[in-house]
Amino acid sequence: MGRYIPGNALIYKMDPRGKLLITILFIFTILLANNPISYGIITLFCFLAVFTTKLKVRVFWNGVKPLIGLIFFTALLQLFFMTGGKVYWQWWIFTLSSYGIVNAIYIFIRFTLIILISTVMTVTTMPLEIADAMEWLLKPLKIFKVPVDKIALVISIALRFVPTLFDETFKIMNAQRSRGADFNDGGLIKRAKAITPILVPLFIHSLETAIDLSTAMESRGYRGSQGRTKYRVLRWSKYDLLDLAYFILLVVLLLIFRNH
Amino acid sequence: MSIKFEKVDYVYSPGTSMEKKGLDNVSFEIADHSFVALIGHTGSGKSTMMQHFNALLKPSTGTIDIAGYHITSSTSNKNLKNLRKQVSLVFQFPEAQLFENTVLEDVEFGPKNFGASEVEAKKKALKWLKKVGLSESIISNSPFELSGGQMRRVAIAGVMAIEPQVLCLDEPAAGLDPRARREMMQLFVDYQKAGHTVILVTHNMNDVAEYADDVLVMENGKLIKHARPEEVFADKNWLKRHYLDEPTPSLFASSLSNFNFEKNPLTLEQLANEIKDNLWGEASE
Repeated sequence: MGRYIPGNALIYKMDPRGKLLITILFIFTILLANNPISYGIITLFCFLAVFTTKLKVRVFWNGVKPLIGLIFFTALLQLFFMTGGKVYWQWWIFTLSSYGIVNAIYIFIRFTLIILISTVMTVTTMPLEIADAMEWLLKPLKIFKVPVDKIALVISIALRFVPTLFDETFKIMNAQRSRGADFNDGGLIKRAKAITPILVPLFIHSLETAIDLSTAMESRGYRGSQGRTKYRVLRWSKYDLLDLAYFILLVVLLLIFRNH
Repeated sequence: MSIKFEKVDYVYSPGTSMEKKGLDNVSFEIADHSFVALIGHTGSGKSTMMQHFNALLKPSTGTIDIAGYHITSSTSNKNLKNLRKQVSLVFQFPEAQLFENTVLEDVEFGPKNFGASEVEAKKKALKWLKKVGLSESIISNSPFELSGGQMRRVAIAGVMAIEPQVLCLDEPAAGLDPRARREMMQLFVDYQKAGHTVILVTHNMNDVAEYADDVLVMENGKLIKHARPEEVFADKNWLKRHYLDEPTPSLFASSLSNFNFEKNPLTLEQLANEIKDNLWGEASE
């Protein structure tokens, strides 16, 4: 996953609801692949999606990088504990078998594809658009009296205040540095202690901001989210047929080429 | 130990689409023990400049000489402690920096970080809490129980207790009542008179006229004027062009059309004297 990067490729013009839905479905679709050809097809489709963003490869590498350890760990578990097929090597509880090797590769591909496709979605869609799309996807839950509007509002507010909190953190750090605080020096315990002068003011500020915001909302007549209209109205367009068609083509190809 | 900026540029997020110049070729020198006012509109680069004084930000190009340090873009972040001991910043709304359990401990935080012993730190803290006008009865209270004005005083005491050579304050009196404002400004003047440099970032031209003996005017990251207050406020057209206000006494004087002012009065005292001279002159004719 990554931070939104402004751009003007076709994928930016697509409706966030469509992108979010297809991203989620894509992740499940990966499970359809079960042989080299089907894995090849879905990998190709994923890379094409990456390509359409017209962004630098580094953006996607940064998405995968933090999880690379986890991916390798999972792949290694498959590699050494999966049994079946031809056994090449065995020691204590570890086995290196042909099934193990194939499955390790598949697991590796699956994880990487999941991260890549999520990155494609998050770097090309603004956080607030994602929140709107989530609200739309959660709508059916209204039947079960789930307060979807309120959840969506909570998500939008949280996203809205991420940059504000970042700014505040920097301000507080600078103020404490000016008073001689050192955040990069000393051992673990000293560093952990050095965080208190940042965390306490930050918590206090967050609570104050939350109280101010709720007062401001109430004084502007907020009474729950029922019947609220939207400033940014989401509209389906011809571009949304593109990602839908792309996805259907992928599913059809997978169904043809997978082992039955 | 004067402060000298030489061709200082500072660029925010270089190499990205959000690249922006915070400081643009800024050069100046300010003398020791002066009271400097730093003025300009929001976003003109005042705060950016302020953070250069103790190397929280370092120039992208150019050099800064301050407190015996020579700072360039390649200055290491280590060993800056002595600089920060000599040059202290009070940020806007400094009450946001309070975090300790008690008022006393919070004020002791700075001195202790800069190597003061328990006893010394306590002595300094008590001294400065008294100087900012807080009574001893509140020193063991939590800073978060205090009123906004009291929190401000605690925060300012927390920086002044470090007793820096150069004290730089960003709108320290914003939001205070008139009396507290006057007391605070007097405190900073006294500090300057005791042999320190005070740099005041402000929008209040009356404070500039009243207290400053050197003025830096910023606009769009550039230093557009560096002069004494009389000179800065002399050219009314220039002020208007740059959307800067005149001090109230000077405005008042220009609305008195029948009077002849020898020079443009900037402070209440000057205004009163000029009016007295005018009336006296009329009476003697």
